[in-house]
Parts: sequence; structure tokens; C-alpha cells
Amino acid sequence: MAQNKMIYLDNNATTPCDPRVVKAMLPYFYEHPGNAASRSHPFGWEAEAAVDTARQQIAELIHCDEKEIIFTSGATESDNLAIKGVFEMYSRKGNHIITATTEHKAVLDTCKVLEKKGAEVTYLEVGSDGRINLQELESAIKPSTVLISIMWANNETGVIQPIKEIGDICAKHGILFMSDATQAVGKIPVYPKENGVHLMAFSAHKMYGPKGVGALYVSRKDPRVKVTAQMDGGGHERGMRSGTLNVPGIVGFGKAAEIASKEMKQDAERLSKLRDKLESGLKSKLEEVYVNGSKDFRMPHVTNMSFKHVEGEGLMMTFNQDIALSSGSACTSASLEPSYVLVALGLGDDLAHSSLRFSLGRFTTEEEIDQAIEAIASGVNHMRDLSPIWEMYKEGVDLKTVIWSSH
Amino acid sequence: MAYSEKVLDHFKHPKNVGSLDKNDSNVGTGLVGAPECGDVMRLQIKVNPNTNTIEDAKFKTFGCGSAIASSSLATEWLKGKNIEDAMKIDNMDIVEELALPPVKIHCSVLAEDAIKSAIKDYQTKNGLA
Repeated sequence: MAQNKMIYLDNNATTPCDPRVVKAMLPYFYEHPGNAASRSHPFGWEAEAAVDTARQQIAELIHCDEKEIIFTSGATESDNLAIKGVFEMYSRKGNHIITATTEHKAVLDTCKVLEKKGAEVTYLEVGSDGRINLQELESAIKPSTVLISIMWANNETGVIQPIKEIGDICAKHGILFMSDATQAVGKIPVYPKENGVHLMAFSAHKMYGPKGVGALYVSRKDPRVKVTAQMDGGGHERGMRSGTLNVPGIVGFGKAAEIASKEMKQDAERLSKLRDKLESGLKSKLEEVYVNGSKDFRMPHVTNMSFKHVEGEGLMMTFNQDIALSSGSACTSASLEPSYVLVALGLGDDLAHSSLRFSLGRFTTEEEIDQAIEAIASGVNHMRDLSPIWEMYKEGVDLKTVIWSSH
Repeated sequence: MAYSEKVLDHFKHPKNVGSLDKNDSNVGTGLVGAPECGDVMRLQIKVNPNTNTIEDAKFKTFGCGSAIASSSLATEWLKGKNIEDAMKIDNMDIVEELALPPVKIHCSVLAEDAIKSAIKDYQTKNGLA
């Protein structure tokens, strides 16, 4: 990768585009420039054929019919289209939506907008493992419930929700089930139909495809789901999403899906070993290290760890010339609030401010993990040497009894 | 976010890290901030009561790079100053020296609070306040 020698452990933010994907895309910029909606000449036919191939490749990856794939600009658009589109299309049935507090902002903020337009939204809490409680979900259901939106896997913690069980509850109550599967598709088996998911958002750039292209899976049979289009125009994508298709992007998305179908199993096995090595390496070198969220139900390439009495952004500064990753601490944004996802897991502020998210990827090597363990352990030690609360903790002071001057 | 060279330098090579004996009557300790806000600063001064001059200053900070740099710089500035001049250190001086961006101004405010709180502790201990 560029940024020579930099170790990239932020694959949940975005993945590098696989060179095989780039190669597949290139002819669709100049040699095959057609608009997939042009029906009157070979340029259009070629583009349409390329889009059809990509649709098939993606359908194969998630075990669905290719007609159930609606191309969008990315997962944020797909989330918006699914939730707003269902809310509008099924408004006569009801106005109640159930989601969870740890969802991505693309879901939460969409729900907040709908609340202003008359929706009633229930935000389920999660346990310390990051998963929703199925009894709570079922008892939140009302006659007016039209949609349940629960993500497949969390972007910050990698925790996987009980999708099949939620799908069963939705089927039992006749409610539509939407899942933001952006972090899961292409990394683990994600089959909406087999899990009772009716709408599913995902994106190319989280699975080694290009940025700017995503998809919404919309079930066509049992049940046949429709969403109200959120943009007016030429009626592309079965009338659900107007706008000229991003042909090179879609070709790349398709290629990325084809590669994932073949390679995700081996990628996942390799990365989970490296992830485990990273965790055990850091735990053996440092005291007071915690893994956040469920260890039984999580993505193979992700770990979210807290280093007690160390502030995340400061910690990152110790190695950000060499390693790229994300922190759940407040200081990465203008606000002083730590990550709402970690707070929802019930983490105390001390641990929420002290967290790092490691997300490995197809191009991560064992050597890089070895280097990361060394760099992060030495960074944590540097920060702890500087930390007054680490010193107090080591002296046995109960930090909860200290009267802090909040500001 | 890009940090200024000065912030990076203080962060990587912080000055005056450590502790002074808080029970020493010549030592004033300021502990400001809170863990839930993501920064805690402990700044200590050792005053020569005869000259009213700060002879030594130490800090430990839990926080981002800017918070650590602000407190490291504060200890540098405190050493050798008399109490009156130390009271005049303004957070905006720190902002300017370290080229802190607007989202990091609170780090400099915290450093100023830490200075004032350490001085107040020294004065209270010695019946000077």
C-alpha cells in the first residue's frame, strides 16, 4: 500500500481496493463508456451486460436473486432508502420502528428524521456483550410496528447480532426486517433470505471494492417488499433508485463480491488467528487490558480493546506515524463524549476513553501484527508513565472516591 | 488532525514528568479535569518560601497529545517564576505557543486551571490565601 510501510489496521473504516478489482474496473472508464440505460446502441448494451454480471456476482455472494439487488451510492444511502422507503410505503400499516442504540448513525439519524415526520421509534439497549435482548425486542413490538432495523455486525466492536432469531420474530409477527450488513458482507457468510432479512444495506468499499457504490437487497418473494424511492428521476433500479448507474463502480463491486465468495473463508480463518495473536500479545505485555463486547459473536478480523487509564487519542499519537487505526475516545471528534457504542455496552467513561479499534484486512500480514503489538505496548507504557490516574490506581486510590473538578 | 511540531515535541519528549511530595509544605498540588471528560492534569510546584519563587514543577496528565503538551509547557514556564508572575500565565499564551486548534483550547484552559489550583494549594497550606 501507499504511505510506505504504514501498517493499516482500520479496515472497518474502508478497505483498500483489491488490485484485481481495479483491473476489472479500468476498461469501463474509457473502452466501455456506455450508460447502462442506453437501449439503442452497443455502448449501452455492453454497460448493461457488465452491470448484469456484477448483479449476479453479488447475488451469488449473498444467496439471493439478482433482481433483488438495488444499486446505490453506498450503505448510507441504502440505509436511508430502506428505512424511509418502508416508512412511507407502509404508512397505512403503522408508524412504529424498532432499532438499537448501537446502530450506525446512518440508521439512527434516519430514524430521528422520521420521528419528526410522525414515526414512533423504539431504541433497544444492548447488553455488555453488545447484543440486543430478544425478549425485549419481542415485547417492544406493537400492532403499529412496520420495521425492525438491526445491524448484522457492529462497526466499532465487530459484535454480531442474533440475526436469524430476529428474523424468526419478524416472521412470526409479520414485520419487515432490515439489516445494515455493511461490516459483514464479504467477510462472513451473510445470507438474508436464509435469515429472514427482507432489506439489507451494504457497501463495496468495506469489502475491497471501490468507494461510492453500495447496494440494498430488497426481497422480491415471500414477502415482496417495496420501498418508496427517495430520489425522483429516470426510474432506474425497478423504480426504487433513479440515477445513472455507476458502471465502473458496479463492475468493481461485482468483482469484489466474486473474490469474496471464493476467498472470504480463508481470509476469515487467517485474520481471526492474527486478531487472536494481537489480543494475546497485548494482554501478555500489559496489565489492565480489556476486550469490549462479545467474544463469542463477533467478526473474525475485529477487536476493540481498552487500556485502562490511558486516553485513546493520546495513545494513538504515540504510534500514528506507523500504524493507522481508530479510537473510541472523545478527542477524535470535537465533542467530549466518548463513543456512544461503547457507552451503550455499559463501559465506564474510563474504559470508553481508553479504547482502540483494530480492524484487520486481507492485506494485513503477521509481521505487521508483531510490529503493532510492540508499538502499541510501548505506547501504552509511555502514556501510563504520564498518567496521574494510572499512578493513583497503582497506589490503590479508589478513583470513584476522588472529587474531580469537571469542566 | 495534524499536530504542530511543538505539540509533537512536548508529547514525545515531555518535560518535568513526575511527582513531588504532596505533604511537603512547600509543595502545591493542582489536580484538575475528570476521567469522564477524557483529561486529568496533576501539576505540582515547589516554592522557595524565602524568595517566593517556583524552584521546581512536575506534572502527570491523562489526556490527548495537546493536553500533555499544554501541561509540559506549563511546567517549563513555571520554573523560575515567582508566584505573582505564575498567576499571570494565561491559557491563550499556551494556545499561541503550541498553535493549538480551536477544538483543543480546552486543553490550555485546563493547564491554566492546574497552575492556579497548584498555587492556591500552596498558599492555603501556608496560610497565605
